[in-house]
Amino acid sequence: MNSSTGWDHGVGRHLLGIEGMGRSDLERILEVTDRFAEIGRRPIPKVPALRGRTVASVFFEDSTRTRLSFETAARRLSADTLTFTAGSSSLSKGESLRDTVEVIRSYGADVLVIRHGMAGTPHRVAQWTDAAVVNAGDGCHEHPTQALLDAYTLREHRGALDGMSIAIVGDILHSRVARSGVLAFSLLGAEVTLVAPTTLLPPSLEDWPVRVSHDLDDVIGSLDACYMLRMQRERHDDGLIPSLREYTADYGLSARRAERLPKDALILHPGPTNPGVEIAAEVAAAERSVILDQVANGVSVRMAVLFLLLGSVPDPDAVAEAN
Amino acid sequence: MAERERRMAPPFGGVFVAHARVMNADDMGRAVRRMAHEIIECNHGIDQLVIVGLQTGGVPIAEHLVAALEDIEGRRPPLGVLDVALHRDDIGLRPVVPQATTDLPDELDGRIIVLVDDVLFTGRTIRAALDAVCDFGRPRAVELAVMVDRGHRELPIRPDYVGKNLPTRRDEVVDVNAEGVDLGVMRK
Repeated sequence: MNSSTGWDHGVGRHLLGIEGMGRSDLERILEVTDRFAEIGRRPIPKVPALRGRTVASVFFEDSTRTRLSFETAARRLSADTLTFTAGSSSLSKGESLRDTVEVIRSYGADVLVIRHGMAGTPHRVAQWTDAAVVNAGDGCHEHPTQALLDAYTLREHRGALDGMSIAIVGDILHSRVARSGVLAFSLLGAEVTLVAPTTLLPPSLEDWPVRVSHDLDDVIGSLDACYMLRMQRERHDDGLIPSLREYTADYGLSARRAERLPKDALILHPGPTNPGVEIAAEVAAAERSVILDQVANGVSVRMAVLFLLLGSVPDPDAVAEAN
Repeated sequence: MAERERRMAPPFGGVFVAHARVMNADDMGRAVRRMAHEIIECNHGIDQLVIVGLQTGGVPIAEHLVAALEDIEGRRPPLGVLDVALHRDDIGLRPVVPQATTDLPDELDGRIIVLVDDVLFTGRTIRAALDAVCDFGRPRAVELAVMVDRGHRELPIRPDYVGKNLPTRRDEVVDVNAEGVDLGVMRK
């Protein structure tokens, strides 16, 4: 994550993961996000900052929030958007990832926002192309903009993450949201506790700056924020949990369990929720739930990321021409 | 943005070295009061006025102007601040990061907006500000007040109220701060 041009605005040439970023990088992005949040509240929520630039969303996996919010963010900055989704492409004819990337690049994409089921795909693509690459979720690895918008949402409600006690609850093993979240929240000074059955935790947690608990009821009384992960329904077929019902009984945030949270504790969820599985519908809709704030902040954070990648660092060719 | 700040950012860089103080704080105070009188005279009062300071250099001057208008008329016109960074035409030519807030009064339709900046140079900041203002509403008129007009316009833009006309060389830098107005150059 460093900028080859020497102007460090928190994001380097690509945004591939929270790993490798420092606290000041994250804070820089969150500060810039504040400015972009204001644009969303204007009567005409659009600025000409990235006119003539093209943002391509390249999604090999389904997504509602991430893709729409990246595209909304691009439009609010007056950038053009290209959309690639695996379902309606020539992938079925055997087109390779590299071909796909080169085709999209040849249509003038300045940023590739990539989601792929394989960890490391965005890193690989970044080696192939001179466009900026944003990781919008790679396998079970990272989802950096989700962590940024979560951190921004927490900061918006609490001022700072320093000293906050945050539990991330659910399928940590398969969750890129959890991995990026752990890194971002702890960099920003929060204490993170992972709450999950052993089968849903990664085999080695030695390097993770976290505490681990297998009992949600044990930790729930002292939390400042409770981050519920989506329970992927197919997991019980893999034999990782006995049944969804048992998972819900032990790790679901029911209305009764939510009452044991401290009064001002926040409830987060990356969406889409499985009502009645990891979170009860009435808890998701409760006042202390900031799930809809997360969705709204997603656009502001992604505006900041796109602008920092494209607009904040001088293009050497353009500078040479102007001088 | 104050000109000195922008000149210190890459690809320019360097340290500001002042040659001469062309106005001191008292001079600036007198200029603000005169401009306040002119604004009231031209607009037949302050009923429809909204004073808008451009971030960051124009904001303290806009605050002084509002205070002077209040002294004369007995009430304050609404004050807004505007950051034009994202409307600039030199995005990609220099590092542009929106640092400052935009906060304008809700209703701009039909009002007379007085944009306030510290230094008027090429006119490109004002061009950006005109675009930005139009995203917030349709004012009846937009006027421009600046502490220093240093010439070298690159766009057909002129100020309505000027604190001081200051002939400069293109490579000189004008710095407006709380103590006064300095003319100097950037040294590497």
